[in-house]
Amino acid sequence: MTTRHRTRPHTTVRASQRRRRRWLTAGRYLVLSLASLVSLGPLVYLLLVSSRENAYSLTSPADLLTGRHSLANYRQAWIAGDLAQSFLNSIVLAVGTTGLVVLLGSMMAYGFARFRFPGRGLLFALIVVELMVPSIMLIIPQFILARDLHLLDSRWGLLLVYVGTNLAFNTFLLRGFFAGVPVELEESMRIDGAGPWRRYWQLMLPLAKPALATCAIFSFLGAWDEYVWTMTIISSPDKRTLPLTIALFSGAHQTNWGLTFAASAIALIPVLVVFFCCQRQFVGGITAGALKS
Amino acid sequence: MTLTATTVTAPTARPRPPAGSRRAGRSRPSWRSPAYLFILPGFAVFSLVMVYPTVQAFLMSLQDFSLVATKPSQWIGLTNYLDALSDPVFWRALANSGVYMVVTVPGQMVLGLACAIALKNRLKGRSAFRIMVYIPVITSWVVVSILFKFLFQTEGGLVNFILTDVTHLGDSGVDWFNGRWTALVAICALGVWKGVGWTMIIFLAALQSVPDQLYEAAQVDGAGGLAQFWHVTLPSIRRTLLFITIMLVIGAFNVFISVSLMTGGGPANQTQVPLTYLYRQAFNFLDFGYGSAIAFMLTALIALFSAVQFRLGDKAAEEAIA
Repeated sequence: MTTRHRTRPHTTVRASQRRRRRWLTAGRYLVLSLASLVSLGPLVYLLLVSSRENAYSLTSPADLLTGRHSLANYRQAWIAGDLAQSFLNSIVLAVGTTGLVVLLGSMMAYGFARFRFPGRGLLFALIVVELMVPSIMLIIPQFILARDLHLLDSRWGLLLVYVGTNLAFNTFLLRGFFAGVPVELEESMRIDGAGPWRRYWQLMLPLAKPALATCAIFSFLGAWDEYVWTMTIISSPDKRTLPLTIALFSGAHQTNWGLTFAASAIALIPVLVVFFCCQRQFVGGITAGALKS
Repeated sequence: MTLTATTVTAPTARPRPPAGSRRAGRSRPSWRSPAYLFILPGFAVFSLVMVYPTVQAFLMSLQDFSLVATKPSQWIGLTNYLDALSDPVFWRALANSGVYMVVTVPGQMVLGLACAIALKNRLKGRSAFRIMVYIPVITSWVVVSILFKFLFQTEGGLVNFILTDVTHLGDSGVDWFNGRWTALVAICALGVWKGVGWTMIIFLAALQSVPDQLYEAAQVDGAGGLAQFWHVTLPSIRRTLLFITIMLVIGAFNVFISVSLMTGGGPANQTQVPLTYLYRQAFNFLDFGYGSAIAFMLTALIALFSAVQFRLGDKAAEEAIA
């Protein structure tokens, strides 16, 4: 580089640098366009099929560009597939899971972050250990447990396990956040006579809003997309959640992909809404956090 | 989803003074600590759903477990484990998840890093690109598994259409789900497709935290783009590399829904992975003890892998400092 600077007049160096930068930008656009195309292509394809009338007669992807597109499949899936009930189950379970996980998880996190008590190390170690255990490994004993508690084919059985499986991670995450809050803030509240519950409720929770939002989003999505446990214990059609309904739908209407994908698109909509509304917490939260490491 | 969720753990890993150390100095640990009230409700649920089943899984793996109350379960020692070790399908399942790991972990890392590098500096439409590549991460595994099964259909599938009618790479379409390796290609393709956005976001954060002065210094020393990448970028983000590798390896062993919905482990158990196989043993053949033994071995394997990677990571870090 240095030799080039000396041998060439200043202007050509600048021009070559500019040219190089232009090529670099073009390369970046190429990489990103390809990545976006591949990322979104399958989902756009899903939407095309879901809106194609008579999608069962499709013999070639080229046919998608011809023929009529409408919301007929959506209407039919919603009615014939009884999606409304599954949608309701999914919403109620996801919201319930989110609320309970955020509440119980933040309480545990506060207890671990701010107090010392006998058994603290052991209890927290259990949480960390369970973080590493694959969730499906526990599905067999969880099934026996649900049977013994008469929670098979029950939405309470779903809620219990959704909450239980999401707690470890969220407690771990929030404990880290709470531990980083300066103790002085809490001390001054304590001197003013605030008990631990008030300090948790009026100081820690408001301070932890961004972290709580992250927890809420991931708990919601975890419950919304949960499939394996639901498939294992639910047998009544009216207790199914969307992922289970869609999976069964694709099995039952093997040839009618239009219906299956219309149902899938309906399940994706709330996720995309949450994603676009809470982008800051999603991408920004992750980014800001990772910067600290 | 677990993988997505873990993105936020990276941040908390920074060293911190012991929690509440000041307070702790004053108040002695006591059985009457109010902490129990905060911890009890959540921990009760957590113990019931996670801790108790973990213990139970281990005990069940040592039994010929019986589902009916009238016929008691027999203790059979390590028989289930020995059965698994001499079960060719179990080994094939392990090999399949090994293949999945070897393909998807580097695949997600290389592509994610490429996207992150392309996104690092200012660019028109940068956040739009970031969102588009991230969207597969938030889609449901069930939906995209069915979608990819459709894309890889033999007749009328988009992939075969592109291979034969658009690019003319082959005369007739590939029968993807009829053979072990072609089916694994489809399953791996889905794994990479769904994971690149996650690695991209983590890499992007790591890249943006590398001080510009390092690059400036490298430029002064005459380092070109490739040399800068090799000697500045990679060493600076090695902790992130380790973190991502561990998370992806764990994720690879956890592959379940995609295999279950795309091939169901078939044809003839050719594409089983450990989790689909243990699920089948438990819920199709009702052999709960055998399923639990497989589950336990898999967990041990994951723990071992993570430990080794941590070791290697530490060593790499030490060498870099030395």
